[in-house]
Amino acid sequence: MAGQDFVLTTQALKKSFGKLEVARDISLSLPRGCRYALIGPNGAGKTTLINLVNGQLKPDSGRILLEGEDITRLLPADRVRRGLTRTFQINQLFPDLTPIESVTLAVTERDGTAGQFWRSLHSHTEAIDEAFAILQQLGLADVATRLTRTLAYGQQRLLEIALALATRPKVLLLDEPAAGVPKDESAALFEVIAALPADISVLFIEHDMDIVFRFASRIIVLVAGGVLVEDTPDEVRNDPRVREVYLGQAAHHG
Amino acid sequence: MNAANPTLGDPHVWLKRQSRWSPFEILFWLAALLPFFLFPTYLTLASQVAIVALFAISVDLVLGYAGIVTLGHAMFFGLGAYAAGIISVHGWGEPLTGLIFAGAFAGLIGFIVSFLIVRVQHLALIMVTLGLGFLTLELANSMSWLTGGADGLRGISTWPIFNQFRFDLWGYTAYSYSLIALFVGFLISRRIVHSSFGLSLRGIRENVTRMPAIGSDYKFHLRKIYTISAAMAGVAGALLTQTTNTVALDSLSFQRSADVVVMLILGGTGRLYGAILGAIIFLIARDQLSGVNPQYWYFWIGVLLMIVVLFMPKGILGFLARIAGRRD
Repeated sequence: MAGQDFVLTTQALKKSFGKLEVARDISLSLPRGCRYALIGPNGAGKTTLINLVNGQLKPDSGRILLEGEDITRLLPADRVRRGLTRTFQINQLFPDLTPIESVTLAVTERDGTAGQFWRSLHSHTEAIDEAFAILQQLGLADVATRLTRTLAYGQQRLLEIALALATRPKVLLLDEPAAGVPKDESAALFEVIAALPADISVLFIEHDMDIVFRFASRIIVLVAGGVLVEDTPDEVRNDPRVREVYLGQAAHHG
Repeated sequence: MNAANPTLGDPHVWLKRQSRWSPFEILFWLAALLPFFLFPTYLTLASQVAIVALFAISVDLVLGYAGIVTLGHAMFFGLGAYAAGIISVHGWGEPLTGLIFAGAFAGLIGFIVSFLIVRVQHLALIMVTLGLGFLTLELANSMSWLTGGADGLRGISTWPIFNQFRFDLWGYTAYSYSLIALFVGFLISRRIVHSSFGLSLRGIRENVTRMPAIGSDYKFHLRKIYTISAAMAGVAGALLTQTTNTVALDSLSFQRSADVVVMLILGGTGRLYGAILGAIIFLIARDQLSGVNPQYWYFWIGVLLMIVVLFMPKGILGFLARIAGRRD
């Protein structure tokens, strides 16, 4: 099968909306513990690719393998239970729950105790401990018992990641984790991501090239629904096609 | 690895505090005994209030906690009411087994219907609940051989509770019985909303999009609470049958479904006591206002509803909680 050391593999994923091809023959492999960046101009299909991999969209053809098992037909929730988790570019949080409640919710959904209506929530001591440990790891322990909607925006972005970590992912897809975060704070946020457990494979979308070159071990450049280049930061930085299509364009905008 | 941190407040302690009984709650349940001493002539009304409050709590579980907006929950109330009435007419008037039978029957129908409910959202969901309500009403209307049709079911007799407590004319037994049923239903609901399952329901209400992304089979949760709620509504309906020895089509009516939602909005959704408070206000207002003018009393309910919606978006109880500075 496709390489034992690859946790996630996509094979020739294709998706079209009418005549618009949003994913053409995307074949990728993520090794265990990787820190990959997914970059590309607006409309290149980055979020679409994440939606295909996590199951929110169904590919027209192609396959997705998680640890060698075909998960192409599984529902998003089933993929999460097998260790493939995503976060969202726009916060998808529980505004009137506190972080400790939100993350405990995610932990109990993972360990299968979420449906137990005969037991009080505070009797789930191990789940609460685990949730609080995740919040501590992300620096959210101080605000664990505040309502989510009252948290600072940067803290809400961290809570996005905390919820994903509670599912004990093998593969973590981060859709612009620093979206909307001021530049000086986004580096700190990526320090947190870099410090995630070494066995989690991370694929993140990010627009800030400084951050990408600093935190990614490998970069995938997506253009018009297809993979243009997949290589190390140094190679991507010097690739003339990337300069032309992506960096050149960014320079025009900037 | 113990997560407790003395300077931050232990999250275990905080979570435990969320489900602790407050003095207000104990006071409230003690006050529920007052009608026996202060208003002995109103015990029949008090019994009705307790029954409708139980029905309102059942709706709060799905509407207030899980976010399923329903305009057809009278269907389960009525199914329970008829189930209790029909077994009584056929010779089994024992009240407790009657309640269990009615609850189980309404719960079974709720379980079947729940597969349809979780498929739709928003306006379509409201229309489906409404449609199911109409359907049930007309089925009961047309099956007059079983239900008595528009004349209502005749010949119901409810045996004394434990062969001891006869349902008296003044409503002592009726109110005691309904109040105990309400309290038990409340305790069950309270346990549910303070469980991990209750937390999942709040998660669904707060952001259903996120639920699959944390691996939740949220439709399973929704089917479960819908079934529980239907059973509880059925028990409330059966209580009405047993305490009044009548069942009529109005137990299934749209009016009843809409009234209970009005009560929840008045009292405040997603807080259980809001359901009880709403039922108290609504039924006492109806009793008092219809004495003044039997035709136009809904006018005042309309006024009250608008005042609450405009100035107390979280209901009267939410308003009081905010004044008292407590977390919702």
